[in-house]
Amino acid sequence: MGERQSGWGGRPVFVVDGSRTPYIKARGKPGPFSASDLAVAAGQPLLARQPFAAGDFDEVILGCMMPSEDEANIARVAALRLGCGDRVPAWTVQRNCASGMQSIDSAAQNIASGRSSLVLAGGVEAMSRAPIMYNDTMVHWLAALARARTPMAKLKVLGGLRPGHFKPVIALLRGLTDPIVGLSMGQTAEILAHRFGITREMMDNFAVRSHLRLASAHENGDLDEIEVLYDTRGNIYDHDDGVRPDSSIEKLAKLRPVFDKPVGTVTAGNSAQITDGAAWLILASEESVSRHNLPVLGQLIDSQWAGLDPAQMGLGPDYAMAPIMQRHGLDTPDIDYFEINEAFAAQVLACITAWKDPEFCRNELHRDTPFTPIDEERLNVDGGAVAVGHPVGSSGARIVLHMLKLLQRKNAKRGMASICIGGGQGGAMLIERTTG
Amino acid sequence: MENTTENVHFNVATDNDNIIWLHFDKADAGTNVLNTEVFDQLDQHLQKIAAQSPRGLVILSDKANGFIAGADITAFTRIKTSDEALGFLHRGQEVFNRLEALPFPTVALIHGFCLGGGTELSLACRYRVTRDDPGTRMGLPEVKLGIHPGWGGSARMVPLLGGLKAMDLILSGRSIDGRTGKRMGLVDLVVPERHMRAAARKLVLESPTPHQPGLLDRLSNNALVRPLLARVFSQQVAKRAPKNHYPSPYAMIDIWRKHATDKRRMLDAEAQSLANLMTGATAQNLVRVFFLQEQLKSLGKDKTYQPKSVHVIGAGTMGGDIAAWCTFRGFHVTLQDQSPERIAPAVKRAYTLFKRKLKRPIKINEAMDRLMPDHKGIGVERADIIIEAIFEDANVKRSLYKDIEPRMKPDAILATNTSSIPLEELSSALSKPERLVGLHFFNPVAMMQLVEVVTGEATSAEVAARAMTFTRQIDRLPLPVTSTPGFMVNRILMPYLMEAVLLEAEGVPPAVIDKAATDFGMPMGPVQLADTVGLDICLHVAEILAEHFNAEIPQRLKKLVADGNLGRKSGRGFYSYKKGKPVKQKAGDGNWNVDEITNRLIDRLLNESVSCVREHVVESDELLDAGMIFGTGFAPFRGGPMHHIDAVGAEVIYQQLQSLEKLRGKRFTPDPGWEAMTKSSGGKHV
Repeated sequence: MGERQSGWGGRPVFVVDGSRTPYIKARGKPGPFSASDLAVAAGQPLLARQPFAAGDFDEVILGCMMPSEDEANIARVAALRLGCGDRVPAWTVQRNCASGMQSIDSAAQNIASGRSSLVLAGGVEAMSRAPIMYNDTMVHWLAALARARTPMAKLKVLGGLRPGHFKPVIALLRGLTDPIVGLSMGQTAEILAHRFGITREMMDNFAVRSHLRLASAHENGDLDEIEVLYDTRGNIYDHDDGVRPDSSIEKLAKLRPVFDKPVGTVTAGNSAQITDGAAWLILASEESVSRHNLPVLGQLIDSQWAGLDPAQMGLGPDYAMAPIMQRHGLDTPDIDYFEINEAFAAQVLACITAWKDPEFCRNELHRDTPFTPIDEERLNVDGGAVAVGHPVGSSGARIVLHMLKLLQRKNAKRGMASICIGGGQGGAMLIERTTG
Repeated sequence: MENTTENVHFNVATDNDNIIWLHFDKADAGTNVLNTEVFDQLDQHLQKIAAQSPRGLVILSDKANGFIAGADITAFTRIKTSDEALGFLHRGQEVFNRLEALPFPTVALIHGFCLGGGTELSLACRYRVTRDDPGTRMGLPEVKLGIHPGWGGSARMVPLLGGLKAMDLILSGRSIDGRTGKRMGLVDLVVPERHMRAAARKLVLESPTPHQPGLLDRLSNNALVRPLLARVFSQQVAKRAPKNHYPSPYAMIDIWRKHATDKRRMLDAEAQSLANLMTGATAQNLVRVFFLQEQLKSLGKDKTYQPKSVHVIGAGTMGGDIAAWCTFRGFHVTLQDQSPERIAPAVKRAYTLFKRKLKRPIKINEAMDRLMPDHKGIGVERADIIIEAIFEDANVKRSLYKDIEPRMKPDAILATNTSSIPLEELSSALSKPERLVGLHFFNPVAMMQLVEVVTGEATSAEVAARAMTFTRQIDRLPLPVTSTPGFMVNRILMPYLMEAVLLEAEGVPPAVIDKAATDFGMPMGPVQLADTVGLDICLHVAEILAEHFNAEIPQRLKKLVADGNLGRKSGRGFYSYKKGKPVKQKAGDGNWNVDEITNRLIDRLLNESVSCVREHVVESDELLDAGMIFGTGFAPFRGGPMHHIDAVGAEVIYQQLQSLEKLRGKRFTPDPGWEAMTKSSGGKHV
């Protein structure tokens, strides 16, 4: 592997504006919105307030892990529904849990190289609508039934039907299980907890803090990137509804381990919630900014994708952040705010433990010295996925957007957003606030 | 066609398969309609075609807007005697009979509208092909004009579809799209535009067995079953069209009951019955209403004005429904209110409307995507038209206008849905008062076609014209009125409603009052109407009008509202309500002077109408009639208030008013406008 250049090797990449839907917790049945509904609901008010028309985008890129059968190339579906018009091309990207960050990365790449000048990029997921499917035996049985022409033949096939045929395949569960190492995402978190000595108590404390920080952010109006959702039944959704403002250690202690029963430590309470949501960012070249006289929220400086052992995928953020720090000669205090997506409390805690561990840094990150420890007062300050939820395709975009808003609010300079990825990867993005 | 002095309505072509294509393209008309000249030319063509013995005949229209819209209605109005009518009807029957008798396959190739005589022509063909799109619809709407089919519509549809389905279409007058037509057996093939010619050819060349109704449908034509079904049909029709006011559906039922299985007899009966109906008052008046509707439709035809986006402020019952309707009609709409919670119910109602009207999920979703809830009001800056439908308070409205005007596009129109505040009181808040116009919708927006387009003193002619064009673009009927208190409809309705309240306070049961009005021909009685609109709203409007017209408001109304009895929406008003329906006591044994009750109600309405015409609130008698029919459902078969005065005699009503004035008080004082009307010869207003 040769020396990696920083950034996307070209023009600077700016972020102009962004929005997201409230994140809606999945509650055991299909939710009120499809993935494209969510993308459209977040995008409409965003586009309505821009000084340029929806048709002015050079392209639309949307990250999504599981679009429905009616949403082939969901980016195109969303772009057309948003009124971008027939002429704006669109494509959908998938890098598992970081699909929302991949779309931003790809948009940045195209702007930097000069292919595009104004791009709408984001991420969406409607996990509550993940399909329940027929298993293979059933599919074969149905095919046989369709092939049978005579009444006798049909009867014969019907006679072969068994209870086992009806056992459904729950796509969501399968999607959250790594097919190479055969572990659920939660189990990878248990492995990290064991490796880095993260206790149940530490995880629960982290989870409580995430909920309290999110509740406080809602109340203080620190999440103004949220656009209200309206369903067809007269209901509105105006905040991340998985939040528990009254969360406490005592409440969380009651929960049983859900991935490694009966003596595991990772519970539903200290894991990210299964959620539906969408987030968009508008990225622009300098030329677009001046042509349309656009305000600038911030600038994307660099990104990194990294691979690691799928069984410990939760450490992905460290593997992705480190090379960026290295390239730019940065240490922890140079970054004003971090957001590490909270797939699991255990996993984030493992990341910050490893970050300051000399052995880990030497062996895995190839650093002579460990990083300065990450100050937890500067990490996920407005709450994270444990409280907000983790719509898989969307979170990568949410954390980049929120980092930009946070830097603006705090009048700070540099932020790092990173995310672990099922399958053993990590993604990170270095973001800077520009004034004007 | 050798005769070059006549209009040429048809042209003919023969293709390589020896199929003749007869194109109907009525000269000097944008729409194909049937009249004597058309029938004559068609007849000649059919005779020539018969002599050529082609493989088949396809009849199609060269007009983009549709196949055939029906009979030429202007021809109707020229027919003065039932003998003339009979002649016209027999001529059409003769030509269609000739078409039916052709010994080779015949196909009607239908796109767009196919109504009345157009459907009858297609029924005389062996097959029917329709285009597969929502704009292509077939029907027999004659009952809506107080008549019924007379060129074989029932005689041919009954054997084709069976009695039940055929009578349903004829008695309701509704139109159906191609797919529904195919399911019912009326249409043989429904295809997209690109396959229409091929479909017609296929039917000619393959000549399949024409459609036969199923067993159940055939049974409904059985002689034993018909009397029973006829009674059921009559009862259903009676719910919306009482026999004494609307004779035509009952005449149709009778014809079917007597002759359903005998096509010859049905044709004769159709013609006889229709000849009588055509010259009767109901049909004449309903045709007049049709022309009034055409008159309103002709206002606002500026093709150069193409607004795209609408911003509605106020997501209440009116604002929300206006937004939904504009969205349904294809506009991009942003809907604003003070909070998301206030917009959400409107989104739900919009979805219900789209489901009902659009049916297909793709179309429903498209419509939902066009409607954007906008509690921050971003839409103000992009809108071509802003419709304000907030609380009926001049101060609140003025302060809103001051707030939004700086953000509006330079030539955006500001329309207010105010029902009673004169525009001059509102335009003072604007730096460009000429951009303010009133667009007064009626409730419910999806059903009430009328929109009063209110011109204030400051309103520019261009803005008023654009408002009317926009009204047509959303498929509503614009009625130009001046900015006077209550405009036209509410102003005329108010004395009528207040009289009902007074009657009720005198002890007359609400059910009796309402029955007097519905017997006269109003769609709903005044008491129930007041309850439905909301007594608080009635009181509010009454107060505003009372201020300007020096009228008194009945104590009874004030008390009901003060006690919280607001009508249907609060479960109790004059009536109590169960599940939204009024609980009506039986009329009882009181000996009520129903004639006097009716006169008290209707004459106040008529008096106020005369007043509106005199004050030029509306420009003409016709427009007043049109407004009252389409805005309140005023007995259409009477042709409207002014026409009714004409029919009864202005002198007669004037005297009624005078004697009521003596008996009941000065609220019955005849308006000065009656002088001119009663002075004209014979007491009739010209």
